Amino acid sequence: MFDNVFTVEAWQEMLLCLKNEIPFAIWETLYITIVSTALALLTGLPLGVLLVAGEKEGVLPLPGWLMHALNFIINILRSVPFLILMIMVFPLSRLLIGTTVGTKATAVPLVVAAFPYIARLIEGNMREIDPNIIEAAQSMGASPIQIIWKVMIPEAKPGLINSATIAMTTILGYSAMSGIIGGGGLGQIAINYGYYRYRYLTMYLAVAILILLVQFFQSAGTHLCVKSDKRLK
Amino acid sequence: MIRIVGLSKTFESAEGEVEALSDVNIDIEEGTIVGIIGMSGAGKSTLVRCINMLERPSEGKVFVDGTDMGALDAAGLRKARRGIAMIFQQFNLLMQRDCLANVRFPLELAGLSGRKANEKAKELLDLVGLPDKARAYPAQLSGGQMQRVAIARALATEPNVLLCDEATSALDPSTTHQILSLIKDINKRLGITVVVITHQMSVVQEICDRVAILDGGRVAEQGLVAEVFAAPKSDAGRRLVFPGRPDARVSVSGNDRQLRIVFRDSQTTSKPLVATMAVEKGIVATVISASTQQISGDVYGSILLGLPASKFEEAMEYLESFGNLTVEEVTEIV
Ligand SMILES: Nc1ncnc2c1ncn2[C@@H]1O[C@H](COP(=O)(O)OP(=O)(O)OP(=O)(O)O)[C@@H](O)[C@H]1O
Ligand SMILES: [Mg+2]
Repeated sequence: MFDNVFTVEAWQEMLLCLKNEIPFAIWETLYITIVSTALALLTGLPLGVLLVAGEKEGVLPLPGWLMHALNFIINILRSVPFLILMIMVFPLSRLLIGTTVGTKATAVPLVVAAFPYIARLIEGNMREIDPNIIEAAQSMGASPIQIIWKVMIPEAKPGLINSATIAMTTILGYSAMSGIIGGGGLGQIAINYGYYRYRYLTMYLAVAILILLVQFFQSAGTHLCVKSDKRLK
Repeated sequence: MIRIVGLSKTFESAEGEVEALSDVNIDIEEGTIVGIIGMSGAGKSTLVRCINMLERPSEGKVFVDGTDMGALDAAGLRKARRGIAMIFQQFNLLMQRDCLANVRFPLELAGLSGRKANEKAKELLDLVGLPDKARAYPAQLSGGQMQRVAIARALATEPNVLLCDEATSALDPSTTHQILSLIKDINKRLGITVVVITHQMSVVQEICDRVAILDGGRVAEQGLVAEVFAAPKSDAGRRLVFPGRPDARVSVSGNDRQLRIVFRDSQTTSKPLVATMAVEKGIVATVISASTQQISGDVYGSILLGLPASKFEEAMEYLESFGNLTVEEVTEIV
């Protein structure tokens, strides 16, 4: 099977792809990853904060039924496999973007899959905050909104950066999967060459670049997280 | 200033109801330092948390400056809390903010920011003796320094009341002394009423004017520190003031009765009472325990004596004739 992977033609084809297709694919992948991560964070962060603040003993207690509903929806979305979710959100993509294929359209399933996941990550970050610090703020007359903005989120900052990094690298991986529905980017190249045309060498190249991107974002995120944490000095 | 009236607090927990406080009544005068002392689980933290309504009382009321704290709405309570600062055993500083920003925090909550808030925070760091730590983060400070920052933060909103829940329990003796001196100094200079929660006698002795002894959620006794410590009336009080309880084996034989003498000054303390009683009256007493305490510069002493039952009344009379001491029978050695 590997006999025809490293042929001269395969190398030539790969180099041609590297020159003509890969740069744009990298850009597409980065674009969709960053946009999807930003949108997923925008929904997941407040949701994650509410999951903790809205509890009965939290700083901003919400009605019990609302908390149950939030948890239920998050659990449902978290349990649908991404491959199926991509197809399930077609109507939503059509509604929001006007189409179900292409790079922009894949942002929809990516955000829908990622925001419940992010909400759970953020929920974990919020639970790690020392409750005594929140109580100290209450003793100073802080309002629930002030506690969220000035205590919970800033005190959880290193953890939040860590969660955002995990979210981003996960979305990067998932964005490659959306190559199946014509999502473009490195995933599309890997599928087009490797799955449809058995050009494994070019597929490996696309995968290698994906790995490098994940490595890069993870290192940058870890660095930021450690640097932002004032407890460590 | 602070009036605690008929305060009770019952917690509902999985194992059933826990009565943390029952019918607590304490009046705290403006500008004084009051100690609330008791063993672990006595309800001290619950009591102090009821003052600023971090804990809602089950029964009873708390008045601060005449305001019924329990009757305030959420906004009113937030405002009132700015006048009642609190410091904690674990300091509870914001770990991701530097010291200056920590001290500025309550000002930000009150809507003050910018240069004015920064200046005020700097002044307060000066006041607590940490002018050079403005840009340091809490993790870079020692426990004593963190508590100083917490004190500066507590003073930012110019409160009338400072609640200290075991504020020195995590500190070594010399740092404890420094923090207590600072609190006393603040009390004197700014006239802030201070409530000190502690399980350490030494803390009460060092800075408090009055003390309330809490035992099993009830006030066992309260009064001036000098009085309570000189002659504790309650069992809980005696346990705290004279902690060296005699060993069961030391306690006297069945026929004997026990008597406690408490001296009020160093003159009587130095008199050889037990010896003169033996010489003049021929009554031989066994010393079960003896200790002295220094409270606000005065020496107080206590001796627990075992006496033959037949000579008990005579001994009592003889000892009382000395004056400047109290003699009481002790039926149960605590
Ligand atoms: N939230 C709570 N739920 C249930 N029981 C509680 C709660 N808070 C306190 N208690 C109980 O109330 C009693 C008094 O507790 P509290 O913390 O006031 O004691 P304390 O005097 O401050 O003790 P320590 O010196 O150990 O801090 C204890 O029996 C404790 O178990
Ligand atoms: Mg306590």
